[in-house]
Amino acid sequence: MTEATATFVVRRHGPASVVDIKGDVTSGSEEVLMSAYDDTGDAKAIVLNFSELSYMNSGGIGLLVTLLVRANRHSQQLLAYGLSDHYRQIFELTRLDEAVGIHDTEQSALSAAGAGTAER
Amino acid sequence: MSDLNETAVDPTEQRAAARDATNWAKAVSKLKVSDVPEGATNLNVTGKRLAGPIQGFGKMWQKTYQVRLPREQVSATDLIATWKQRFPDFWPEGNRFYAPLTGIEPGEVALLNVTLPGRMKLSTGVMVLYADEESFTLMTPQGHMFAGWITFSATERDGKTVAQAQVLMRASDPIFELGLVLGGHKQEDRFWNHTLSAVAAAFDVPDAPVDTRVTCVDKRRQWSRWGNVWHSSAIRSSVYMLGAPARGVRGLAQRGRPVG
Repeated sequence: MTEATATFVVRRHGPASVVDIKGDVTSGSEEVLMSAYDDTGDAKAIVLNFSELSYMNSGGIGLLVTLLVRANRHSQQLLAYGLSDHYRQIFELTRLDEAVGIHDTEQSALSAAGAGTAER
Repeated sequence: MSDLNETAVDPTEQRAAARDATNWAKAVSKLKVSDVPEGATNLNVTGKRLAGPIQGFGKMWQKTYQVRLPREQVSATDLIATWKQRFPDFWPEGNRFYAPLTGIEPGEVALLNVTLPGRMKLSTGVMVLYADEESFTLMTPQGHMFAGWITFSATERDGKTVAQAQVLMRASDPIFELGLVLGGHKQEDRFWNHTLSAVAAAFDVPDAPVDTRVTCVDKRRQWSRWGNVWHSSAIRSSVYMLGAPARGVRGLAQRGRPVG
């Protein structure tokens, strides 16, 4: 439960940073997630890509709340895409969807973040 | 053949999907209490929405309470199984957790009667958001003292089994926020210290010290959420208590009335 079982890879797209999440997100992912957040630098928006997510427990959801607080503190938008139907429901249940913009595709999320055309 | 390939499901994905379905509560728009245990007050729960840290009013806090037990005494999974089964027994006196009849299972709703500072009684509840073999999480409804969730977990580290209760929350409304400042934080620390000590005592380690870590995750208060006070379980519980004599008289009168 305390071991990191997920990877977070950061890609920059103009004013947004996309974080590709892979594996199991649990409370043990805190250090790697926050380190990935630091790598997003001065991005105006953080886009979380959940399409390679295997599993997330309640500790993982707690981490997303902490990430949201950090992003809000720096006036950064937090967006997500690639969520399975199940995790969309979990976002609704925990009411994370009220603070994290959920999109179907990366393009749609980047457009919402004002980074419609991909730049690297 | 190609059809077979297309429909073949990765066993890892299958396992993950099974975990998803088993461990998480199903989506609900409003809470419903299916069975009210004897002695419980079903107030401030039915019809309420769940409220997480994002929906609360006050500063956001993460509070972690831990106790370490010898690994040979209990494994992480056995500890969590016991904690789920005997959850109400570990609470401090004066507070009641009416566990769902089916136990701590995802989606089940439990009723709570809690004593606040000033001996004020408050009725509210929680929903089991998540439960697996090594952890379970309870989430609060609108009107609860705080908006957030509490995760109870156990891990095995360096020959020890570490039992942990971690709260991620904001006070629900300005009144509860004031209450936290005026002694509520200390009372909450005492509450969870007592609970962790009781868990340790259940495994014959009554004097295990409880480690407390408190972090303010967000110093900002969400003033746009001041209206949460409308759902306040403290106010609604008080109004309900004030109406008790009138309800008693009405009940007696109805009993005395001839049937038919």
